[in-house]
Amino acid sequence: MLDTARIRQDFPILSRKVNGVPLVYLDNAATSQKPRSVIRALVDYYERYNSNVHRGVHTLSMEATDAMEEARQKVADFVNAESPSCIIWTRNTTEALNLVAQGWAMEHVAAGERIVTTAMEHHSNLVPWQRVARERGAELRILPLAEDGALDLSDVNSIIDTRTRLVTAVHVSNSLGTINPVKALAARAKEVGAAFLVDGAQSVPHMPVDVQDIGCDFMAFSGHKMLGPTGIGVLYARREALERMEPFLVGGEMVLQVSYEDATWNDLPMRFEAGTPNVADAIGMGAAVDYLNGLGMDRVREHEIQITGYALDAFGEIEDLDVFGPADPEKRGGVIPFHTTEVHAHDFGTVLDRRGIAVRTGHHCTMPLMETLGVAATARASFYVYNTEEEVDVLVDAVKEAMRYFLDGSR
Amino acid sequence: MYDVDDLYQDVVLDHSRRPRNFKRIEDADRTREGFNPLCGDRVTLFMTFDGDVISDVSFEGSGCAISKASASMMTESVKGKSRAEAESIFNSFRAMITREEGADVDREELGDLEILEGVSAYPTRIKCATLSWHAMHSALVEEEKTVSTER
Repeated sequence: MLDTARIRQDFPILSRKVNGVPLVYLDNAATSQKPRSVIRALVDYYERYNSNVHRGVHTLSMEATDAMEEARQKVADFVNAESPSCIIWTRNTTEALNLVAQGWAMEHVAAGERIVTTAMEHHSNLVPWQRVARERGAELRILPLAEDGALDLSDVNSIIDTRTRLVTAVHVSNSLGTINPVKALAARAKEVGAAFLVDGAQSVPHMPVDVQDIGCDFMAFSGHKMLGPTGIGVLYARREALERMEPFLVGGEMVLQVSYEDATWNDLPMRFEAGTPNVADAIGMGAAVDYLNGLGMDRVREHEIQITGYALDAFGEIEDLDVFGPADPEKRGGVIPFHTTEVHAHDFGTVLDRRGIAVRTGHHCTMPLMETLGVAATARASFYVYNTEEEVDVLVDAVKEAMRYFLDGSR
Repeated sequence: MYDVDDLYQDVVLDHSRRPRNFKRIEDADRTREGFNPLCGDRVTLFMTFDGDVISDVSFEGSGCAISKASASMMTESVKGKSRAEAESIFNSFRAMITREEGADVDREELGDLEILEGVSAYPTRIKCATLSWHAMHSALVEEEKTVSTER
């Protein structure tokens, strides 16, 4: 098990108070907090070797280049990518998904062909495909939801058929917690000759992820959800897929030779990184990977199964409260979306905040899914390495208190 | 029990539990939908006019306690008023909730609506309180299409 008491010491923000009480940070699916080592890596870069990368021959530039490329190697190893040249820096998951849409799908999806995604996607893995389908005259198909919050795969072979060029799925749902069978989907995509893209924003931070074992062509994830800084994300792509992709942004850094008339593209991965990259935050993401490796991703996952199971049991005892997603903590990430008809998510959000508790409220950027579930909004608690069962107790007490407050008017 | 009693006053909780004029008006002269994309809240407002006077007004939709109470209290406040009077109440209400600088808030015309002033201390909740009001304003000035808090 993780030593959460020791881990908490590494996160300066966790000692702050909110509304006069200790912060209980349970909004990790939105963004995680940062350990001191990540904050120090950023400060260290700016104080000691801030400079541009891949051009200067001076010492600072070489140090910055080495540090950024070392971070790329760390991220590659973290998800078991075959080479650091398969790791493209982006701003975030959304940009990585859009890069696949613009750079790959616009080139390779033709009129009458299919793109398949799922009913539980974040808007960022739905809206880009709506646009590609519209512009290319392709058809967007949706893998539906089953009763228990899992995907209904009974028609998977007819939905993912030989006309399908791209299959994409969220690995762990940010709204339900569901862990999707990405390996099986990868196999089906391969069978019909389609590419397979995984939205790993909620999986890579929380469990061991091996892109080669999954067999995906692309995976997108963000630094800020895995203890790293905001503003840095990653597109992993298999080398063959990258070579068939057109750069979305063109300009400096991504070119090899330029004349007034023409230009040739640089090698991978730089071809997809036009302009000065986000050097500091890439280095910070490398430091976050170091921190997670220090904990061990198997133990991170084990901790989350434990705390999620504990929370599911506690929430299960609250009358008139619905918890969405699979009942088995082994089948879900550390995400607890809850809902009651009597207390709106926004009101939960405000009163929980008075108890120092940070949860997300709203539609979680999954409006179509909310409609399927028949709710306008949910409140969502989401866990990470520093969360404790005591914090779950604080949350559960506050939820019960809020329900009494709004139901009976007891003050 | 909570230090949020300034926000959720008894009258507010009462309106949110038992919203007034919470129904559809089938033959309404104006129907407007208000949408808050941040939280997915939706309100549909129905208005009927007798000449210049708002003869009936009602709403439907899903929302938090603040948005429901605000819509409920709004319908009570503007029913029987002229368009100009309703617009004036809208302006005073908005100025009060957003603590608009230099605005002249007519407390008298606000009446019970003053109870919602507590919302002004919760910036993330202001849009909950104003959603139905923007829908009404749109219906009064004959703007078409869905009203969004993000517009």
